[in-house]
Amino acid sequence: MALLRQCALLLALLIVFSTPCKVAALEVDIAEVGSNYSSKSTATETSTNVTTPTITTLPIVIWKWHHVETPYLVALWILTCWLCKLVCELNHSITSVIPESGLLIMMGFILGGIVWGADQAQTFKLLPVNFFYYLLPQIVLDASYCMPNKLFFSNLGAILVHAVIGTCWNAGTVGVALWACYEWGAMGNLNIGPLQFLLFGALMSAVDPVAVIAVFEEVHVNEVLYILVFGESLLNDGVTVVLYNVFDAFVSLGGPKINAEEIIKGIISFFVVAFGGSFLGVVFAILISMLTRVTKNVQVIEAGFIIVLGYLSYLTAEMLSLSAILSITFCGVCCQKYINANMDEKSVTTLRYTLKVMANGSETMIFVFLGVSAIDRNIWVWNTGFILLTILFIIVFRFMGVFFLNWLLNKTRLIPIDITDQIVMSYGGLRGAVAYGLAAILDEKKIPEKNLMLGTTLIVVYFTVVLQGITMKPFVQWLKVKKATISDLTLNGKINNRTFEHTLTAMEDICGRMGDNWWTRHWKHFEEKYVCWLLMNSDARKHNDNIFGAFHKLNLEDAKNYVTAGEKKGSLAFIRNDDNASVDFKKKLALDYANFMPDMMSDMSEYDFGIDNVPVVSGMKNQIPSVSLDIHEQDRKSMPDDLNAHHLLEQHLYKSRRFNRPTYSRSHYKSSENPDEMQEIFQRTMRSRLESFKSAKMGVNPAKKLSKHPKKDSSHKPNGKPADPNRTYPYGDEDFEYSADSASSSEIAGHFPRRSTNTPGAGVDNPAFIPEVDTSAPMRNPPWQTEPGNNTAVAPSQRLPWTPTNLRHLAPLRRSARSADSIAMADASVDEEAPEEKPGKHNTRL
Amino acid sequence: MGSRASSLLREEDIEEIKKETGFSHSQITRLYSRFHSLDKGENGALSREDFQRIPELAINPLGDRIINAFFPEGEDQVNFRGFMRTLAHFRPVEDNEKNKVLTPGEPLNSRINKLLFAFRLYDLDRDDKISREELLQVLRMMVGVNISDEQLGSIADRTIQEADTNGDMCISFNEFTKVLEKVDVEQKMSIRFLH
Repeated sequence: MALLRQCALLLALLIVFSTPCKVAALEVDIAEVGSNYSSKSTATETSTNVTTPTITTLPIVIWKWHHVETPYLVALWILTCWLCKLVCELNHSITSVIPESGLLIMMGFILGGIVWGADQAQTFKLLPVNFFYYLLPQIVLDASYCMPNKLFFSNLGAILVHAVIGTCWNAGTVGVALWACYEWGAMGNLNIGPLQFLLFGALMSAVDPVAVIAVFEEVHVNEVLYILVFGESLLNDGVTVVLYNVFDAFVSLGGPKINAEEIIKGIISFFVVAFGGSFLGVVFAILISMLTRVTKNVQVIEAGFIIVLGYLSYLTAEMLSLSAILSITFCGVCCQKYINANMDEKSVTTLRYTLKVMANGSETMIFVFLGVSAIDRNIWVWNTGFILLTILFIIVFRFMGVFFLNWLLNKTRLIPIDITDQIVMSYGGLRGAVAYGLAAILDEKKIPEKNLMLGTTLIVVYFTVVLQGITMKPFVQWLKVKKATISDLTLNGKINNRTFEHTLTAMEDICGRMGDNWWTRHWKHFEEKYVCWLLMNSDARKHNDNIFGAFHKLNLEDAKNYVTAGEKKGSLAFIRNDDNASVDFKKKLALDYANFMPDMMSDMSEYDFGIDNVPVVSGMKNQIPSVSLDIHEQDRKSMPDDLNAHHLLEQHLYKSRRFNRPTYSRSHYKSSENPDEMQEIFQRTMRSRLESFKSAKMGVNPAKKLSKHPKKDSSHKPNGKPADPNRTYPYGDEDFEYSADSASSSEIAGHFPRRSTNTPGAGVDNPAFIPEVDTSAPMRNPPWQTEPGNNTAVAPSQRLPWTPTNLRHLAPLRRSARSADSIAMADASVDEEAPEEKPGKHNTRL
Repeated sequence: MGSRASSLLREEDIEEIKKETGFSHSQITRLYSRFHSLDKGENGALSREDFQRIPELAINPLGDRIINAFFPEGEDQVNFRGFMRTLAHFRPVEDNEKNKVLTPGEPLNSRINKLLFAFRLYDLDRDDKISREELLQVLRMMVGVNISDEQLGSIADRTIQEADTNGDMCISFNEFTKVLEKVDVEQKMSIRFLH
């Protein structure tokens, strides 16, 4: 079955794919050659401008391929690549063996073969310009933005040592060793000088972040190892590019012109380029952070600023011939904390997901195109000696370099990097698209053997990504490398981490030496005093506390669980409480530590009265902690824009669009009415009318009168008017206003309440409709409870209006009315409640 | 300075301290010179005032608690032995070949002892339980003024609830170790002592 599906998808893919290439083959005019995008179809360029035919009559439809060709091809290629990913991910038994990056490259081979078959030439390939300007930046930005900051900076020393010294070592040794072998005669007659070997060594030395992320994300190694490999791969790109540029310049200068002065210049340029790039990144990070201080009013595009500015930091560095990758890396790493604090939570989520989409998307494209580019007869110049020796040397020297540097580092590290980690680090030296990109921009005039180098680079990339990628997982398992431990966020952990930090700094102070913690502490001090003041808005500063942040996160999580649980149970309690949800979430928390068991959470919905009661019990009258409150306050203000809060309800509630104001419904994406729903409502109304008719006939008047009372409460409550006049608010004045507010503005009251009052025909005051009152309880039932069996559960309350179930509705009001309850009283009321819970439970479990 | 200080230290003492704490000889002499320079009263023991004179400790939110941790209950002097014993908690856990543990029982830098040290920072009344009040006090020291008492209260409540398994609204040492099970205490409670 899965195979069939896969085949179908593959077929679809081929169809999608063959469209652009056939079209490209047939249509050979390209209007805009200048555009970078057209690179993928530049090969078919013959610039005959389309002469517009003389029009004899008004054309209704015109075929305008040339207008859209370039963007169209780009879009189709993106789609194709992503479909490739989709196909790869279909079968998990394959992806668990071969990493996705390897599979994508193989897909690329197939696609490249198709292109070749159609065009008899390699029409599409990965051009360095596209790679460096359109595909790489977002990957690096995403990686740096999501970087575990603390881990990164605490290991920055080791990362830098590996990235700078290690890369230089790799570049130098590979170049020199290859040259030596060449002199020795291992690769026949080639037109390559020693400098060109060094240049080749430089471009081969880059451990590629894209490949590393792709492989290591699937192998969950421990975080220190991960950050070492990953950080190195990010930072050494800068180093590689610098080395590459230096050697490239040397090659252009030619051997004899290189003297000490030039070499010193080269070294200086290395530092300028690397540190300049990093500095530029930090400057942009500061700019971004300051900008997000004031973007509150344009929240919609807030996240866009980060992306655009990040991209600009990349381009600016490129413009100044500084290291662009370092620039965007430091930009992302440095600004993440401040922008996360400054921006609204929604924007942070948006940014995170947008970056992920972009990064994953272009990663996919890179790998596919690495495969596609291979199917090109021109680049393949085979030289067994050269290729094999290159592979051998990059692995051998990588191992040597890593072991030596780690040996040095271990002398000063508190927790040494152990031997298995070192092996994995060495083995994780994957080469990727950066090396390919650099090889592709080699100048054929200066380096006659460019194609050999390009071909070798491709082979090395395939070798490392595919072979090492495949073997990485078993290798890691075989070596028993310490895996990442997934620890949940706990307040205890957070608080104790803080305690540990303080203790350690104190101990270092007592011992009288400036250790690592000294630096951390002083930076923190400085940051709190100046940096935060500069880069964070006052609100964010206030809430910028680690422990508090953790608390807030946990709160949100609980709230989410609460909502999910409530939804699942579909209980009335949950819905009824929604209009003062922010308060309830908090109370639920309070309740958690009051005297209920944690597993309460799932049963939450049944205990809503318990919840109402808790503030009184625990004596927390006015203390609605700010986070959850603030957040919801904000939500309330922006309610019409906010899909979130309503979305949940909307799923389950009838929509009464007719009664909504246009402004309100416009902001919702679900504006169509569900015909099933209408039917359902209609049937219910009819049923209730029938019943009321019956009861009227039989003359059960007393019941009517009595039932009036509970009805009022129950139908008003969901309106967000929880018996305003006679209820004294246990939560203080503020909240009173608050709920009153929400009550008066019908926008906020939402659809649900509307439904309950409106659908029965607004008959509250109309005596003719009073009988409906009886059925108000089933009416309020959400759709998932509409099974006929349900009616029996609710039935008691209809017939005997003063049964416990009805009391239930009143209970909270009363209890809160005497908000100064003693604990004993509260307890008593809980006891009172005990029997009442039964019908409720019964109800929800049906 | 170093040589003078070490001359004040007898070899036997060094040996004993070595056995007890696992520090190396040079570490002991180095720390002794530090001890000596802290000891303004020159009586071979440190008082609270001696510690409080360290300027950085004054800005450490937990400074006083940590100073207290050096002093055994009821005493207000700590000699070099005691000083070293406390510091030994923070020695990184090394590979076994160096750690020929001569003292019976747990070495001072074991996980459990590191945790116990942290636990004692909270546990003021030494009843082997962190109560809500005790936790609140520490939290108050550690968080900024921006957070109100109520918020802090609910944080404390939640923290206790997270750890509390037997429902006594306190964190016992067992619960404390359990809740920090996944935390890499060995690493997070270690500092590098110069050799």
